[in-house]
Amino acid sequence: MSLGLDLLLAALMLGLAGWTVLGRDMFAAIAAFIAYGLLLGIVWVRVGALDVALTEAAVGGGVTGGLLIAAWARLRATAMVERKAGAGLAVLAALASLGVAVLLAAVVLHLPQPAPTLVPEAMANLAPTGLGNPVSATLMAWRALDTLLEKLVLLLALLGIWSVAPDAAWGARPAASVDRDGALTFLAQFLPPVGVVVGIYTVWTSADAPGGAFQGGTILAAMWLLAVRAGLADLPRVASRWLRLALVAGPAVFLAVGLAGFVLAGHFLAYPEAVAKPLIVLIEAPMILSIGVSLALMVAGPPVPKGDA
Amino acid sequence: MTELLSNTPGGTLLVFALVVPAAGLMLAFLAGGRAAMRVAFAVVAVQLGLSIAIARAVWDSGAALIYLAGGWRPPLGIALRADGISAAMMVMTAIVLAAVALYARTNFSAATERRADLTFWCLLIALSGAMNAVFLGNDLFNLYVALELLTFVAVPLVCLDGKPATLQAALRYLLFALIGSVLYLLGVALFYGAYAALDITLLRGRIHGEPAAYLAVALMTAGLLAKTALFPLHLWLPPAHADAPPAASAVLSALVVKAKFFLILRLWFALMPTLAEGPGADLLGALGAGAILFGSALALRQARLKLLIAYSTLAQLGYLFLMIPLATGPVNWLFWSAGAWTGGMFQAIAHGFAKAAMFLAAGLMAEVAGHDRIAGLAGIGRALPVATLGFALGGLSLLGVPPSGGFLAKWLLLTASIAEGQWWWAVVMLIGGAMAGGYIFRVLANTLADSPAPLPVAPRGRQYVVLALALCSLALGLLPAGPSALLQIGRVGP
Repeated sequence: MSLGLDLLLAALMLGLAGWTVLGRDMFAAIAAFIAYGLLLGIVWVRVGALDVALTEAAVGGGVTGGLLIAAWARLRATAMVERKAGAGLAVLAALASLGVAVLLAAVVLHLPQPAPTLVPEAMANLAPTGLGNPVSATLMAWRALDTLLEKLVLLLALLGIWSVAPDAAWGARPAASVDRDGALTFLAQFLPPVGVVVGIYTVWTSADAPGGAFQGGTILAAMWLLAVRAGLADLPRVASRWLRLALVAGPAVFLAVGLAGFVLAGHFLAYPEAVAKPLIVLIEAPMILSIGVSLALMVAGPPVPKGDA
Repeated sequence: MTELLSNTPGGTLLVFALVVPAAGLMLAFLAGGRAAMRVAFAVVAVQLGLSIAIARAVWDSGAALIYLAGGWRPPLGIALRADGISAAMMVMTAIVLAAVALYARTNFSAATERRADLTFWCLLIALSGAMNAVFLGNDLFNLYVALELLTFVAVPLVCLDGKPATLQAALRYLLFALIGSVLYLLGVALFYGAYAALDITLLRGRIHGEPAAYLAVALMTAGLLAKTALFPLHLWLPPAHADAPPAASAVLSALVVKAKFFLILRLWFALMPTLAEGPGADLLGALGAGAILFGSALALRQARLKLLIAYSTLAQLGYLFLMIPLATGPVNWLFWSAGAWTGGMFQAIAHGFAKAAMFLAAGLMAEVAGHDRIAGLAGIGRALPVATLGFALGGLSLLGVPPSGGFLAKWLLLTASIAEGQWWWAVVMLIGGAMAGGYIFRVLANTLADSPAPLPVAPRGRQYVVLALALCSLALGLLPAGPSALLQIGRVGP
């Protein structure tokens, strides 16, 4: 049964990947790519990596899909000609990908068995972090430096998107395409209260079970964009101080708690054992806000001059 | 000598070299407007002090500084580590960033917040942190995060002026950078899967020539070569570097490509020190030689000054890669290999100063002349005497005229290649030097020619910034043996 399911998943993944790469119609390719992301989430569930599965579904399928569809809609609106890469380049890329795939497969088959693992070491060090989920402990304690820097990557990515706006648009809002369809309005009124609770729960539960700020933030971003789409909420002006505060709140609190670690626990980004969990919750609360706002604004795109909004 | 992974005195400095720009970025973004510029100035000043303090601490202790983030020891935690080459590169980066900030004050300081101003100052601050993260990282995934920071700093810098052509250059650069990131990340995953560790020091002890390690390092090197723009993966570099605003071109050419090269050195000398003795090192050297000849030849043919300087970056990057086949062998055992190591790092540092000076000089020339066509630069020497001198001194360092830092770099590489019986690299270096002489002379001959109508004499303030950078490049060749000894601290061998 399980082997059959795995084979089916693998076949579907290959088919969707092929469709994404070879498909002639761009929208169909995007649809296949989103399905690919969701299926990949199921594959992660199959190998027991629930945290990765949630992230893959939220970010790989959800946010990326949203970004691609937004880009597709914009390209269609500007009537830009779809340019195909030359056949030579395509063959070259295919050969390179095939070569990497074959080499990877050969090496992966010869990886040491059983695979070397940090699991015993992680479980032995879980108690001082105050967390029950080793994935959260990796992100918030052992490799907190990576997580902190990744939040700055997110901020820079948004700044990079804003930086391609026309000069005249600086300070204004991103374009919001509003669709006052009755069903959409109903959905946008009904879903966000539920979604916000689910999003916050996803972060809260991540201390001991799969979940996390990125997955929760993605859900919040989706709820906000849904309300914007239905015309029930506005996107903020990029010059807004409140917006910028929301964007830096997460990493700023993280950094402040990290620095407090020098005094409280003797190391940068260390937490005193007694209050480790409350401190991590203190970091994650503004983090879900910053991540949610960043992701929503990335999908919304750069600001546009006032008349065009 | 095996290093222990535990906190050393002075290790805390490494944290601040990352924390200061991180806090600065958030503050500048929040405050916006002209306050962003003031924050940037504060950050570059503090970073200059910090980098010198770190270099001092490495020098005094004679060993690498180490800090374990959160007190967690690898493989579970992440170590930051500064050895001699980290410290030297950090000081160079801090000086270049300070000079670029002084230069850019004129261009990006409107009273009300503008798109390009806010973006520029935020990115300058972030670049300081991203470069330090590359120089201090001792964990392969932490270094991946540093690479991502660099990508998201460098790409918007390319298209800062917002013209369609630069957007296209930025997009092409982004594609190369992302392919490079994916290849790098694949290698990281392979290392973790095969050895359950990501720390370079730990991995070095666990790798014993398994195929997974070779494939991983090959993928990561290929990715980094695309990001470094080593010939023949250079297609994105000339338009990206040449059409950005001069302050952005300066940091892209002087700093950003060096960070990627630095990671290649980490892989080939710190992670798998036996690699540089194999055929792979000769392949990298051959690509470097190709870059020198091809980049110089194209630089000679350019009609625009900034494109000429960008192609010269391609060529000068080639010299860095010659260090890989030459700096092999046990540390301190072969004098010539240590010389090649020092020579390569001198090249990275001297080129950083010289190239920043040249791009900034080209920016001033374009402001005065209204264009950057080399044939139309007559009279610039009179209008911008100090900047032209700075350009000339930077150029002399590129072509390796004594007593410049570039001379010392190329001399050390040249003698190492002859002493180690790899004379063919020496031939390429000499040809490259002659070609550099050709393209530098072409620019100088035009700028020093008399113009039919005299150009207005420009203010001197920013010209002295150019000259100061060029003098740094020159001074490197005059310093006593101190820096070359610093560069050997914490170096590991097979």
